[in-house]
Amino acid sequence: MKRILVGIKRVVDYNVRVRVKPDGSGVITEGVKLSINPFDEIAVEEALRQKEKGACDEVVVASIGPADCQTQLRTALAMGADRAILVETAAALPPLSVARVFLRLAEKETPLLVVLGKQAVDEDNSQTAQMLAALWARPQATFISKLEIGADLARVTREVDAGLEMLEVDLPAVISTDLRLNEPRYVKLPEIMKAKKKPLEVLPLDSLGIAGDLRVRAVNYAPPSQRPKGVRVADAAELVAALRSRGVL
Amino acid sequence: MTQVLVVAEHGQGKLSQSTARAVSCALQLPDAAVSVAVFAAEGAAVAAQAARLTGVQRVVLVEDARHAHPLAALIAPQLAELAAGASHVLGQSSTFGRDLMPRVAALLDAPQLSDIAAVESAKRFRRPIYAGNAIVTVEVDAPQLVATVRVASFQPAAVGEGAAPIEAAKPLAVLPTHTRFVSLSTSQSDRPELQSAARVVSGGRAFASAENFQKLYKLADLLGAAVGASRAAVDAGFAPNELQLGQTGKIIAPELYMAFGISGAIQHLTGIKDARTIVAVNKDSEAPIFEVADIGLVGDVFAVLAELERLVGTPPG
Ligand SMILES: Cc1cc2nc3c(=O)[nH]c(=O)nc-3n(C[C@H](O)[C@H](O)[C@H](O)COP(=O)(O)OP(=O)(O)OC[C@H]3O[C@@H](n4cnc5c(N)ncnc54)[C@H](O)[C@@H]3O)c2cc1C
Ligand SMILES: Nc1ncnc2c1ncn2[C@@H]1O[C@H](COP(=O)(O)O)[C@@H](O)[C@H]1O
Repeated sequence: MKRILVGIKRVVDYNVRVRVKPDGSGVITEGVKLSINPFDEIAVEEALRQKEKGACDEVVVASIGPADCQTQLRTALAMGADRAILVETAAALPPLSVARVFLRLAEKETPLLVVLGKQAVDEDNSQTAQMLAALWARPQATFISKLEIGADLARVTREVDAGLEMLEVDLPAVISTDLRLNEPRYVKLPEIMKAKKKPLEVLPLDSLGIAGDLRVRAVNYAPPSQRPKGVRVADAAELVAALRSRGVL
Repeated sequence: MTQVLVVAEHGQGKLSQSTARAVSCALQLPDAAVSVAVFAAEGAAVAAQAARLTGVQRVVLVEDARHAHPLAALIAPQLAELAAGASHVLGQSSTFGRDLMPRVAALLDAPQLSDIAAVESAKRFRRPIYAGNAIVTVEVDAPQLVATVRVASFQPAAVGEGAAPIEAAKPLAVLPTHTRFVSLSTSQSDRPELQSAARVVSGGRAFASAENFQKLYKLADLLGAAVGASRAAVDAGFAPNELQLGQTGKIIAPELYMAFGISGAIQHLTGIKDARTIVAVNKDSEAPIFEVADIGLVGDVFAVLAELERLVGTPPG
């Protein structure tokens, strides 16, 4: 069975303007819309397109988090994924622990590809895919905007600071998605009904033999510093004058 | 002594300015002894530039034909080996550093902090999260820490007169063959580099076409500025991906940032709000970009651009 394993993290929806709690103990997540990390939606979409092209037979989505992350897994199933795994943990895990969980899943599922997002837009870490690739001793292709799967290798295009980089990696491999890889499909109502019957396995975190990691501890959250209020100018001439008086022109 | 190892980023025989910025972050660690590691096919010139950065005590040069194009899968095991004895291993928050450092962290079984924006002590750092909507202070309890440095938050270390010693190293790690470089396509330009330019002019969806977007380049040339873009402009094909600024693009801190026809979504603002002076030109007076702009002008981008070209082209009388 040629399988693609996709990671989806539940995060505060990217449209929410996140605010820090007044006591600095965290950000406000109560009553805030939670969604699949946008890069992970792109990851699911890509896996589905590869399956539609015949490059794989099964798409498995996995999330690590509290029980109600099943909602986001069901959304991925409604998009078209075949089955889902929830690795249940109440505590948030740092990327290295998440990578260890994916290593366990990869050993169990033997996928030809693990597709993760380039970054989770909550903590903006951008670490998990690379860490998994290291632990698994497999290739990594991060920030990709194009994927072609061949017999035993994949060709990817990566978005790098200098432009676009093409790589060839042997399979299995880990890839991380960038925004321009694809545009995720919308979920239709009948699919949501069908997704309720698809298999969703729940594994407690400790059944995988992975413990928490408390080496990095958040001690305070603060809002970003505000910029002083600016001025409005009426036309280009006033703009140039304002720039010259600030000494930047 | 806090032993700090900084990995150098370079291209075409030139050390990237982001390395000098990562070095200045390293120097903020108390009692830091800073070494720089250079991986290259032929790295003598880059190593010499790194050796002249003020505060660098040692440069370690790993030369190998396979490093002609840097690949994280190949560099990581070697860097992890060189990092033995270092309490802090730093890279840049560039696509190079973000690709490489987590692989190193996993090999070292060390935690990683991404995008550190301030150093409070050897164990305490600040970094932005949620696209810059919050700044978290974290404390690390581990013998080794891997981090990427948010380069826009640090000034580059100065180039000094003296030079640190350069040592050649031959790490023992067996390099994998499972990852192969094929090609790099880059839009050649003799304009200033976006991440180190003092001035940046940038355009958004308002430009409506790639031809129209070219109008920005004229002003950029007059100002000696680099050109940037919003994600919408890149997605629509007006500008290449390497121009994208923001949460998922480049993060810059120029003296002057001029946004033309960009609405100012939070994902965009996080990439530019460290600029010294922000100018916004937008026809919508309610656009959120005006909330961060030092100078705002409500108007049509094409009309304003044409006027600016005329005015900037003429020296002040
Ligand atoms: C996960 C994620 C990551 C993202 N990362 C980034 C990122 O890194 N960088 C980024 O930029 N975006 C990013 N985005 C997208 C971001 O949310 C916005 O959609 C994007 O920045 C909008 O680009 P824009 O301002 O060019 O377009 P719009 O929001 O469409 O704004 C166009 C503006 O132009 C003005 N305008 C139109 N015509 C004219 C005219 N003739 N003259 C003057 N003004 C005019 C309009 O009033 C409007 O304000 C991300 C989104 C997501 C979900
Ligand atoms: N808790 C999680 N559950 C599922 N996938 C995750 C989780 N955390 C991270 N990932 C995956 O790793 C990617 C990168 O996350 P990060 O390294 O935290 O920025 C995400 O886009 C997901 O694909």
